Amino acid sequence: MASTSLSAGRRNWTFYALGAIFIAYVVFLYGPMLCIYILSFQGPQGGLAFPMRGVSLHWFRQLLGQGDTGDLMGALSRSVPLALIVMALTVLISLSAGMAFRSRFPGSGLLFYLVIASLVAPGYVLSIGIGLMFQLLGFDTNWYTSALGAQLSWTLPFGLLIMFAIFGRFSRSYEEAARDLGANQFQTMWLIVVPILLPGMIAVALFGFTLSYDEFARTLQTTGPTNTVPIEIWSMTQNVTSPSLYALGTLTTALSFVVIGTALGAIAIIQRRRLGSLTGRG
Amino acid sequence: MTALTLTPIETAAGRGAIELAGIQKRYADGTVAVDGINLRIASGTYCCLLGPSGCGKTTMLRMIAGHETPTDGEILIDGGNVVGLTPRQRGTAMMFQSYALFPHLSVRDNVAFTLRVRGIGKTERYKEADRVIEQVQLTELAQRLPAQLSGGQQQRVALARAIITRPRVLLLDEPLSALDEFLRLQMRSELRELQRQLGITFIHVTHTQLEAVAVADQVVVMDRGHVVQSDPARTVYAEPRSAYVARFMGGQNVLSGKLESVKDGLATLRGDGGQTFMLHLRGAAHSGHPRLSFSVRRDHVRLTKAAAGSAPPVNAVSGIVRAVEYQGTFVKVTLRVDGSQDKDDLFVAYVEEGDYFASPIGVADRACAAWDTEEVHALAAE
Repeated sequence: MASTSLSAGRRNWTFYALGAIFIAYVVFLYGPMLCIYILSFQGPQGGLAFPMRGVSLHWFRQLLGQGDTGDLMGALSRSVPLALIVMALTVLISLSAGMAFRSRFPGSGLLFYLVIASLVAPGYVLSIGIGLMFQLLGFDTNWYTSALGAQLSWTLPFGLLIMFAIFGRFSRSYEEAARDLGANQFQTMWLIVVPILLPGMIAVALFGFTLSYDEFARTLQTTGPTNTVPIEIWSMTQNVTSPSLYALGTLTTALSFVVIGTALGAIAIIQRRRLGSLTGRG
Repeated sequence: MTALTLTPIETAAGRGAIELAGIQKRYADGTVAVDGINLRIASGTYCCLLGPSGCGKTTMLRMIAGHETPTDGEILIDGGNVVGLTPRQRGTAMMFQSYALFPHLSVRDNVAFTLRVRGIGKTERYKEADRVIEQVQLTELAQRLPAQLSGGQQQRVALARAIITRPRVLLLDEPLSALDEFLRLQMRSELRELQRQLGITFIHVTHTQLEAVAVADQVVVMDRGHVVQSDPARTVYAEPRSAYVARFMGGQNVLSGKLESVKDGLATLRGDGGQTFMLHLRGAAHSGHPRLSFSVRRDHVRLTKAAAGSAPPVNAVSGIVRAVEYQGTFVKVTLRVDGSQDKDDLFVAYVEEGDYFASPIGVADRACAAWDTEEVHALAAE
């Protein structure tokens, strides 16, 4: 009761000051994006700026038909598989690394700093370096070789840091208990460790996917003759001067939301299923 | 809740007689957790490993459980060396300090886990799990997740999960520490009853003296990686071997004095405050030592008011009363002993309630605490 009357009563000025900062942040974040989304539905006669001249899907059709707007479908057909591969590798490698880092092995400190260093390294420079090295060794740069490696240098440190946080709350006694009850290492991993860590692993997967899907700097010099989506957008900004560009922004955002929604939905289903046993379904 | 009812576990390979021979655990950084322990625990014993944190009791338990490997020495269970064997091969089961119940599995799946990893089919393993769950009276909660249970219920699940493996030794790491005071007393007696019914060896790690003496047949007191005393509960409490054990077990006053003379095995000591103490020497071991320690039980002293400046008689200390605490059946009176150098050198008397209120002694009064020579228990030099 006391707390209700307190929050309903006079508020400190800091509440309003911080509230104003938050609102400014939200406007700054979503305002411009909202403009893009609205303008992407511009009528066929419309231009790159307001006002709207009717409402249509004209620019989406323009975009998806392979015409003067570049090869978006081709870019998507590379970016999505690439992001999925990066996601899977990030989850697998950072889970293993997280488990390894629980025990202090010789050189673990140095290895950790090496991993973190790849976060600090300027992405564009790294990208040029990888491109040069591939050239030197006589390999072709491609989205599924050099770009994959370049992106992993970006997603793995993030994945590992998240895994550290996850393992910080994961008690070793679960594994010991499983062993005590006769489980072998594979059973302990598959029946105990992975299910308990699953929500955290989904979070890492989400990070891996979105970081890869949005990656630009490290991919620019490593993707080879064909483009990924961010690079395709970038090249379109150079020569496309129609609302197709906005339609592209709307589409890629929608795809990101689908991925995030799927991940959050998966976490919610896991939690529902765990709570579901309360009702006695088993 | 009524007591658990369980049928004794039918184990083919004996009932868990344990022998530790020269067990040592040294870590890579050079710290020695357990330093050359030899210990026998008879089969079907309720044994408590007791000591302050860092004394090596949990390390010892984990070595018996097979979750840690001794650097040196042998662990025999029913005559066979088990070092290097898995917990299942040893026939041990461990109950972890915070129970380590699998949070994503229901009570039933937690209990059935050991059968599942052994490849036993769903119908059969659930039938067996339900039988054990019924024995720990959790049938209505079998579908719940651990997070939806109270502390006491979680402990029952942990017990069920351990005993379904039919162990010959059950290892309990601070099993009562996660419970509140009321549940702790209840679960304590349930554990004891469970051990009696199963007839197997229980090894229970605790740092609470009263918990140990209340449940255990055998109390093993540890200090810095060593066993300092291993005896029946009553012996450890009433006849502590050393000043360390006497202080750690509580209920004792530990005193010391310079040896003045010995006559027919009866030694006369001079206390730091000029008091005269008498004690029967056990064997000749003490004769050469200039300073001897002994203990006197707190409930075996007579407390009287004393006049200021009066010297205490033989086998007595006097001092100013620092604190009086009513404890129900007795009153705890704490004296600051005259002439003691150490400010914390306190003497405690448990005065029977009726006696105390017949002639109360208040804080800041002078009092004299006296005892008979027969009540004096000589302690080994440390």
